[in-house]
Amino acid sequence: MILSEWKKKFFRWLDGDYDVMAGIMDGSLEPDESHEEIKHDRKEAHDRLTSSNYSRSMIHAEQKGFYAIYLAVAVVSCIALIGVLLFAVSLLPRYGQENPRTLEVSERYVEKGLEETGAVNVVAGMILDYRAFDTLGESHVLFTALLCVMILLRKDRKNMDPHYEDYYLIGDDTYYPVSKDMIMHKVGMFILPSIFLFGIYILLNGQNGPGGGFSGGAVMGAGMIIFSAAFGFDQVDRFFTMKLSMIVTFVSLTFYCFAKGYVFFMGANHLENHIPKGIPGAILSGGLILPLDIAVGFVVACTMFGFFSLFWRGSIGGD
Amino acid sequence: MTLSFVIRAMLLLLLIICAIAVNINQNLLQAVIIFMSYSSIMCIVWITLESPDLAITEAAVGAGISGTLFLLTLKKISAVDAGEIHDEKTGMYHTGDTPAGAMKENREMLDHDIE
Repeated sequence: MILSEWKKKFFRWLDGDYDVMAGIMDGSLEPDESHEEIKHDRKEAHDRLTSSNYSRSMIHAEQKGFYAIYLAVAVVSCIALIGVLLFAVSLLPRYGQENPRTLEVSERYVEKGLEETGAVNVVAGMILDYRAFDTLGESHVLFTALLCVMILLRKDRKNMDPHYEDYYLIGDDTYYPVSKDMIMHKVGMFILPSIFLFGIYILLNGQNGPGGGFSGGAVMGAGMIIFSAAFGFDQVDRFFTMKLSMIVTFVSLTFYCFAKGYVFFMGANHLENHIPKGIPGAILSGGLILPLDIAVGFVVACTMFGFFSLFWRGSIGGD
Repeated sequence: MTLSFVIRAMLLLLLIICAIAVNINQNLLQAVIIFMSYSSIMCIVWITLESPDLAITEAAVGAGISGTLFLLTLKKISAVDAGEIHDEKTGMYHTGDTPAGAMKENREMLDHDIE
């Protein structure tokens, strides 16, 4: 009986209808706060940020002594930190010179990398084969960052005060689509195909040359940002929505998890994994590196465009 | 002293200058632009260090996407001028013909309506 009650509450909380802290901690906006106050605050913040002597105007006469000490401590600690770092750099081996203490792992990578991973590009072999879980963690960090930005900036009916809706939305560019800009439109038409082609090339060529999932995904995400800036968000919404973005990210991360987990599990138990390595230098080579590159690239591209879209208009699209 | 050494030293010097300029610049918009140029220089430095992987990523993320996000943030917190022209004689702010100016005018009209 009590359990079912809790279960109901939990699912209501998941859906966002029920606030656990309601009544205990009140953080809601006061709807009756006067517009004058908000306008005054905004204007003050604007003046403060645009004035060139912002930090100086903050200092009152009685704070001058503190400011002097603060400045002195800041300079001294900065110089001390620079000294420590330069000392550490002086202990490193010279650029391009061999250092026997650190060569054990890199020797193995250089000598056996091609044979063990099947990738001509040793860097791709390292980050997506030997240290694949490191890259998986990075992808998850990106995904988490996107979720955090969504929590902070997403605007939908649930977290918007109906009283202020128009007031805040009017400051957005959603009402003024940028596609009216002739120069942006025409330039976008010319450079976008090459940007997307370059991104796909980098993404698919990670095992043979410089590039890989992260850089290819970043280039494709930047291409989508230019696309939305040149043709407006309406055109992006036709093929890229929040639902699609979430599905693509989820499938990519899950695929990465299971594929690499399988390989590591088999390797740790000295079993044969049945993933063909292919001929080094061909597109379909390097075993799992190409699919993993594509997965990472999708995650990065979705994240980059999601950041931009959430920063610009408060939603990824489709809602 | 070869040419490549000179170019490399100049790049590193520019890098240091940019890093200091970002910190001491009081204008946020200029700071963001200097930061983006820092990333572009860093991209060339990566190429001279023979790591094109990092150069591509630095160019796309450092100079492109993070700079864009910084600019959008500056716009959100109203730190960038919204296309308005200050009239010295009357001391009034006129909105220009730019979309940003039109947006500001619209916002002011809405303020008026609410009042």
